[in-house]
Amino acid sequence: MTSPNRPRSFQEVILRLQNYWAAQGCAILQPYDMEVGAGTFHPATTLRALGARPWAAAYVQPSRRPADGRYGENPNRLQHYYQYQVIIKPSPENLQDLYLGSLRAIGLDPMLHDVRFVEDDWESPTLGAWGLGWEVWCDGMEVSQFTYFQQVGGHDCRPVSGELTYGLERLAMYVLGVEHVMDMPFNDPDSAIPLTYGDIFRQTEQEYSRWNFDQADTGTLFQHFKDAEAECARILDAAAEDKAGRRIPMAHPAYDQCIKASHIFNLLDARGVISVTERQAYIGRVRALAKGCADLFLTTDAAGDAA
Amino acid sequence: MPDLLIELFSEEIPARMQSRARADLKRLITDGLVEAGLTYGSAGAFSTPRRLTLTVEGLSANSPTLREERKGPRVDAPEKAIEGFLRSTGLTRDQLETRDDKKGQVYFATIEKPGRPAAEIVAEALDAAIRNFPWPKSMRWGSGSIRWVRPLHSILCILSDESGASVVPLTIDGIAAGDSTRGHRFMSPDAFSVSNFEDYATRLRRAHVMLDMAEREAAIRQEAESLAFARGWEIVADDGLLSEVAGLVEWPVPLMGVIEERFLDLPPEVLQTSMKEHQKFFSARNPRSGRIEGFVTVANIATTDDGATILAGNQRVLAARLSDAAFFWENDLRMAKAGMEVWAEGLKSVTFQSKLGSQADRVQRIAALAREIAPLVGADSDQAEEAAKLAKLDLRSEMVGEFPELQGVMGRYYARSAGHADVVADAVRDHYSPLGPSDAVPAAPVSIAVALADKIDLLTGFWAIDEKPTGSKDPFALRRAALGVIRLILSNDVRAQLTDLFAKGNADADTADLLSFLHDRLKVHLRDQGIRHDIIDAVLAQPGNDDLVPVVNRATALNGMLATEDGQNLTQGLKRAGNILSQAEQQDGVEYSFGADVKFAETDEERALFSALDQAEPAISDAVKREDFPAAMTAIAALRAPIDAFFEAVQVNTDAQIVRRNRLNLLSRIREAGRQIADFTRIEG
Repeated sequence: MTSPNRPRSFQEVILRLQNYWAAQGCAILQPYDMEVGAGTFHPATTLRALGARPWAAAYVQPSRRPADGRYGENPNRLQHYYQYQVIIKPSPENLQDLYLGSLRAIGLDPMLHDVRFVEDDWESPTLGAWGLGWEVWCDGMEVSQFTYFQQVGGHDCRPVSGELTYGLERLAMYVLGVEHVMDMPFNDPDSAIPLTYGDIFRQTEQEYSRWNFDQADTGTLFQHFKDAEAECARILDAAAEDKAGRRIPMAHPAYDQCIKASHIFNLLDARGVISVTERQAYIGRVRALAKGCADLFLTTDAAGDAA
Repeated sequence: MPDLLIELFSEEIPARMQSRARADLKRLITDGLVEAGLTYGSAGAFSTPRRLTLTVEGLSANSPTLREERKGPRVDAPEKAIEGFLRSTGLTRDQLETRDDKKGQVYFATIEKPGRPAAEIVAEALDAAIRNFPWPKSMRWGSGSIRWVRPLHSILCILSDESGASVVPLTIDGIAAGDSTRGHRFMSPDAFSVSNFEDYATRLRRAHVMLDMAEREAAIRQEAESLAFARGWEIVADDGLLSEVAGLVEWPVPLMGVIEERFLDLPPEVLQTSMKEHQKFFSARNPRSGRIEGFVTVANIATTDDGATILAGNQRVLAARLSDAAFFWENDLRMAKAGMEVWAEGLKSVTFQSKLGSQADRVQRIAALAREIAPLVGADSDQAEEAAKLAKLDLRSEMVGEFPELQGVMGRYYARSAGHADVVADAVRDHYSPLGPSDAVPAAPVSIAVALADKIDLLTGFWAIDEKPTGSKDPFALRRAALGVIRLILSNDVRAQLTDLFAKGNADADTADLLSFLHDRLKVHLRDQGIRHDIIDAVLAQPGNDDLVPVVNRATALNGMLATEDGQNLTQGLKRAGNILSQAEQQDGVEYSFGADVKFAETDEERALFSALDQAEPAISDAVKREDFPAAMTAIAALRAPIDAFFEAVQVNTDAQIVRRNRLNLLSRIREAGRQIADFTRIEG
């Protein structure tokens, strides 16, 4: 980690990944403007993994996992963190090499480190999605998830997308040699106003941890879940044609409601009001929505195989 | 005689799948070759994370020409039939032969299948093997259609002999077979060609790939041990971890690190589990302190800094993991010292099974049952109940939440720090045992009581709601629980009427059915110990078969006797007596069971049998009563000679009715003597 090529801040790690994947021909998208549990939920991954149309995108996605909140005290755990997500369809033959190139770009030289692909199959019960791949280890630490999507929303992926997910904080902490996430330089430490991760997020971690665990009104959340579920179902059931007779199925608006339901479920889970047996039922309800959205998306132009 | 070399080069194959994949590749290819008529000398399969390799030596260059003769229709058969025969044989009429047959002149066809070159057959076999490979999980990638465990990048397939090597022409889903491969991903990434297996293995080694899994394992073990030795430590042996790690690397480079002082007070099980599960590290023990103080990580690369960066990174990751573990440990200890009330409360909200209530309900049942069992195993009832109530509390601890495999182990630590006696704490740890057929069986009385109660509650509960194992489905591991009960009872000589315990476990359970489930597991268990199944059946047919200790002692003694010549002959004699009796009883409509009198005996052999029985009968019943089954076997074996002599000399069914009845009644004494031992009608042979 003494490489002269080493980034000096969290944002530099992100910027280098952005530049690297832009140079590989990915569309650099912006985060999705909704609360999601992982970068996979971005429609640029979930929906675009479906259908035959080629696709290549990369983006940062703020991710929320209410149950992981630790009031900013745990060195590694956050209820709000960033994932870097790359998705390319069809998965290129040299995807592993491209990925290794991205590690070099952020200062991890595979000739000096121990980079390993360790079996880890990915599954998202709420999205009805699964794939095979690995977690990528660098010196014994998981730095990325590498997945070949096989199914999304219950549909076989043809062609198959290759998906890479980097846990940005953990990766950057490793690259920067930082022990506690809150100590990590966010911008250049030599800036006029140097900011650490903690300067930006310590307080929000505290506030959200309190709200997630103690304050979120469960009655309201249960109602929001039902509302999102109902609205999603209503959108999915709407006629494909609008008033003027144009065919405009509303896969994305419906999917927004699915995302919303999924996040509300996570909040309820963090509040500890969902029992083990109910849990499965809720996951099944979100999956049914995701499946409906996937079905509808496949009838649209963006899927590329409406026929 | 050419040699065949195949290498399937892919992205990283999961370590756990490699050993079966090697066997499958070898089987699929060699079977394919042999079915097509080729022969071969020997075959060997190898794997690394990125390749599956097969070498076949001494392959025949061609399959032999095969001649097949087929009988056709009669010469005067309808034209259509003859045309059909020609079509099916691919011959013309002038190539047919005419022969005389019983029914007249008949056409015969001789079909010659010319031999085929090995390359053609290899290509077909490999194509079929790749398309039908039985990976536990396989996938598609890109726009392709074939499935493999991870994307398949290249196929090496060559036949080589003294004159050189040639590529077997073959293309699968756009991948054309060639004669080249690649070395280590980072250290030797370039492609190179090979001409035969020896060349391949040599060049791979030069390209930083150890092809043979066994060699990688040995290299790791040796280097890890010598690294540990240099510090005066020893590696904690773990064969499962060793083979997993060997499946993750092509060029193993073990590196030794030291665990920071601040973590050394963590329980060794925690250190070991955390390092193994999260990091795949081997643990190094300091024999002087008895503590785990170091680790060995196995890198897949030799670096210019001799692994310093890699080791530093691993050390950091470990420190983060162990900080978590230390945090859990401290929190848990605080809870334990406070009496674990919160955990007990927490168990109420954990559903064990919807029809069987919460974990707290289950704990209540186990505690009550453990109390009942305690006197049978020499345990103090209060301690057994106390241990049972503590047994599941650690399921609520943070440490077990993180490492479920430490259940019980952590419970023991927490019980001790909560001030419970050692025997109680040990029972908390040991009550899950034995888990597998070779797992150690608890021997301390309190542990036995809780371990039995745990398993009997599990079994009777699921029997009560009729959720029994079917076929390969046994989601609650009830077979394992049943074997656990059996092993606990046998290895501790626990005397108990299982049916009674079952009824106490759950009044709704069908105890007879559960007992027969246990008997089935017992048969499997004893068969593994070399006791014939018919012998077990013969013993299980006796009354009192829910008390397993005498059942097994009896079966063992009987098994021993039946292995001798005396025993075999005795069985024959007993069976013969039984057969004659049951025939006579069926014919006469009476049961012969009483009143044989020596005064009606006509021959010496009869009289000798009377006197032998007079001696044997009390000896047998006395020995059985004392449960001295070897003595019972000796006593009944003494009947062998008199019985043999009797049947040799005496005709049972004579015309003299009094004599006949007397002899039948005498036979019934033999039958009775046998029945005291086992149901000999179930003994085979």
